[in-house]
Amino acid sequence: MAGTACPRPRPQPQPRARARAGAGEPQGVVRAHCGTSPRARRGTPRSRIAPVTILATSLALALAPAPARGQGAGAGQGQGHPGKPIYDRWCAGCHGEDGRGQGEAAAYMLPPPRDFTRALYQIRTTASGELPTDADILRVIDEGMPGTAMPGWRTLLSRSEREALVGYLKTFSRFFDQGEPPQALAFGRTPRATEETLREGREFYERIECWKCHGQAGRGDGPSAPTQTDDAGFPIRPADLTENWHFNGGGTVEDIYRRLRTGMDGTPMPSFSDLLDAGFMTEQQLWSVAHYVRSLSPEQAPRVRDVVRAARVEGALPSSPDDSAWAAAESYYIPLVGQVVVKPRWFAPTVDGVWVQALHDDRELALRLVWHDPSQSPDTAWLAWQRRVLETMEPREGGPTADARPQAANAAEAGAATAPQATAAGTAMSIDLARLPDAIAVQFPRTIPTGMDRPYFLMGDARQPVYLWRWQSVTPAGEGGAQAPSAGSAIEATARGMTRIEPLPAASQSLAWDATFDQGEWRVVLRRALATQDTANQLQFRTGQAIPMALFAWDGSNSEEGTRGSIGTWYFIYLDQPTPRTVYATPVVAMVLTAGLGLVAVARAQKKNGNGV
Amino acid sequence: MVRLHDSMALLVAGLLLTGCGGGGGGGEMAGGESAGAPAAAAIDPTTVGTIAGRIAFEGTPPAGSPIDMSEEPTCAEKHPNGASTEEVVVDQNGGLGNVFVYIKEGLGGGPYPPAEGSPVLDQDGCVYSPHVIGLRTGQSLTIRNSDGLLHNINAKPTTNRTFNISQPTTMETTRSFPLAEVMIPVACDVHGWMQAYIGVVDHPYFAISGADGTFRIENVPPGTYTVETWHERYGTQTVQVTVAAQETADMQVTYSEQMAANAVVPLGAPIDLHGHDTGKHAGTAHGGR
Repeated sequence: MAGTACPRPRPQPQPRARARAGAGEPQGVVRAHCGTSPRARRGTPRSRIAPVTILATSLALALAPAPARGQGAGAGQGQGHPGKPIYDRWCAGCHGEDGRGQGEAAAYMLPPPRDFTRALYQIRTTASGELPTDADILRVIDEGMPGTAMPGWRTLLSRSEREALVGYLKTFSRFFDQGEPPQALAFGRTPRATEETLREGREFYERIECWKCHGQAGRGDGPSAPTQTDDAGFPIRPADLTENWHFNGGGTVEDIYRRLRTGMDGTPMPSFSDLLDAGFMTEQQLWSVAHYVRSLSPEQAPRVRDVVRAARVEGALPSSPDDSAWAAAESYYIPLVGQVVVKPRWFAPTVDGVWVQALHDDRELALRLVWHDPSQSPDTAWLAWQRRVLETMEPREGGPTADARPQAANAAEAGAATAPQATAAGTAMSIDLARLPDAIAVQFPRTIPTGMDRPYFLMGDARQPVYLWRWQSVTPAGEGGAQAPSAGSAIEATARGMTRIEPLPAASQSLAWDATFDQGEWRVVLRRALATQDTANQLQFRTGQAIPMALFAWDGSNSEEGTRGSIGTWYFIYLDQPTPRTVYATPVVAMVLTAGLGLVAVARAQKKNGNGV
Repeated sequence: MVRLHDSMALLVAGLLLTGCGGGGGGGEMAGGESAGAPAAAAIDPTTVGTIAGRIAFEGTPPAGSPIDMSEEPTCAEKHPNGASTEEVVVDQNGGLGNVFVYIKEGLGGGPYPPAEGSPVLDQDGCVYSPHVIGLRTGQSLTIRNSDGLLHNINAKPTTNRTFNISQPTTMETTRSFPLAEVMIPVACDVHGWMQAYIGVVDHPYFAISGADGTFRIENVPPGTYTVETWHERYGTQTVQVTVAAQETADMQVTYSEQMAANAVVPLGAPIDLHGHDTGKHAGTAHGGR
């Protein structure tokens, strides 16, 4: 981030319609039609302060008793505040100098940075719609919001700097000037969890219908998930409750309980406190829901390890992802991120990690890949989402135009424009959103390298191609013969970059595969013989060697394909060799020898010292 | 179509500015009902008039989009003939419903008769009912779930504070808004098609046009007012209305589909009655963005 230089204003896409000529922009205006993305709409002023309000507020403050003072200096009154230089340096790049969440980096973020002028804070200890306490704001500055681009600043800024920021943030909105300081809700002590707690928690999870958005297995694949938007109109996803290390407000039981009580302002997540007031639930029961939700995630966030060990099995190698043999295979977590190197880039991918298991029997290698995806693509229920996410994230990337007209299955999409998005790069590629599949790719070098030199991690290049396994959830048109179009396919390919993937000739194709989609989770097994015919194009696996391996994934219902998807860097896969017998014999022999030599040495020493002892 | 005459507006504004001075902005904007004054006595019908009229729609209205309720069978059953969006509701005689009509400028600032009762915003058949509802500042709004399944009521004002509350069963919750605001969109995130609008005003002189387009605002003190009509697709129009005691001032407003292209649909605009700038600010806050 440049020191104190003001970022250049970013040209906004022009909204389609204009107000009557000569009229200024009324407050909070929305153009009553189609096609303008939320980012374009946010170019119009919202929450602006009429001069009479400042006058009125000042009068009210002057006439009212003292306690309201000292809260916030009033919007636009932040000049001279000690937090301003810190904010301008560290925060304005995303949140904007005016605090509206439209800094330079904001276009590349979903969810977008917070608009402080609305005083809507997601992570709080106060009731729904209430302002946050100072401690709430400080907490998010300290810890960040793990499911978003907001980092934690605890180790980067001093305590006094962070506290100054809290004060400065409050100057962005007049709401902090009015009324009493916000009061945290009373949360009580965390009750212990028992089996009964979890059972009760599951029961209430069904009764208060959390699954509508979060899904029955909690992976964010509920029936209402495709239509979610935040208060600013941006697409937003219900949390994957099985990955608590990505929860915006933290992943402990207490954090979860607080979210249930306060709701998450600005998002579809409501507050459930009214249910306590109405006597529909007790606090204990709401705690049990929090405990249940916590139990959906592992004890610890997964540890990332560099080498995936493929254990050697004696019996049959499993071919189905739900084969019980996989239960004994070690699972390795490979994190993925958005592809932000090659245009068109993608900053809001769905898949953020894959669990890999590997087994081999000296003849074949079987990889089991498990990842979370709230949609089984293609799925027409997600068509409107696909368009919305492209509109939000694509404007300058030169990406595809979306030709598919959404079915008017959802009235919320009624009237939504279907005009293609203009692309900056000039070459408009048409893609049929309704046919985009889910896909995963496993990448290897074409030969096992002797040193550390590996092909370029983004699917190689012309100089050093890579060898790719690519599975997708639909069979491409024209292939598969009698198979249903939704069956899926897995191919082996050579790639010279992300846009030059060439399947191997049909004679070389030898991947066996099997896939299951279950409540927001794909489980795919890919199998291949270690040694194959086409040694020029296909990697020949060897046991006992670390072989570079990388993963890529795409969620079709998130408009992902080609360079727009999730990527990972090079890791390794290592096929275990059977333990040689010498491993057991050598220590025994060594012990015997050492003991024997030792005894001999002692005996000799005794003899030397004379016979008597 | 009735147009606002600029010269009339200037004259009215001038009159109001010279007459303005009582009341105090702080008291109004701090919310709550009419400041300070004791509850008004029963209204004498000889001293008040009525504003009544009809909102008409010219031409063929766009059809509502069908709503797919297959994910919620309990609600689908309540709509045996299917359900559609209610963005434009026109009856067979060309009357436009769900238009929010209210006095925007010209009132003296109170005291007004106190608000009575608690209007109900119901969720029935996975549809908000009524689609447009009016409320006084500080008045209690009863939010009712008649469906017995999960709805969340996500109100998104900008002048007032938001709220987003969950109702997983048949139950009622009350909320109120301290500040005047036209209009507040309300959504349900579980059922993305659900939409309602709440108009919050400081005074009792508002109405919502019925299915036939007619509306009636009663007990209006005599005077000349700027009345605004608001529609969610076609935006706003303003009319100058003069009310005399014991008389009904007639107001006819027409909308048409062509207005949608250039409609300015205020959401979250605060209302100030004292002739001051009501938020029509020129310029932008972003300088070049």
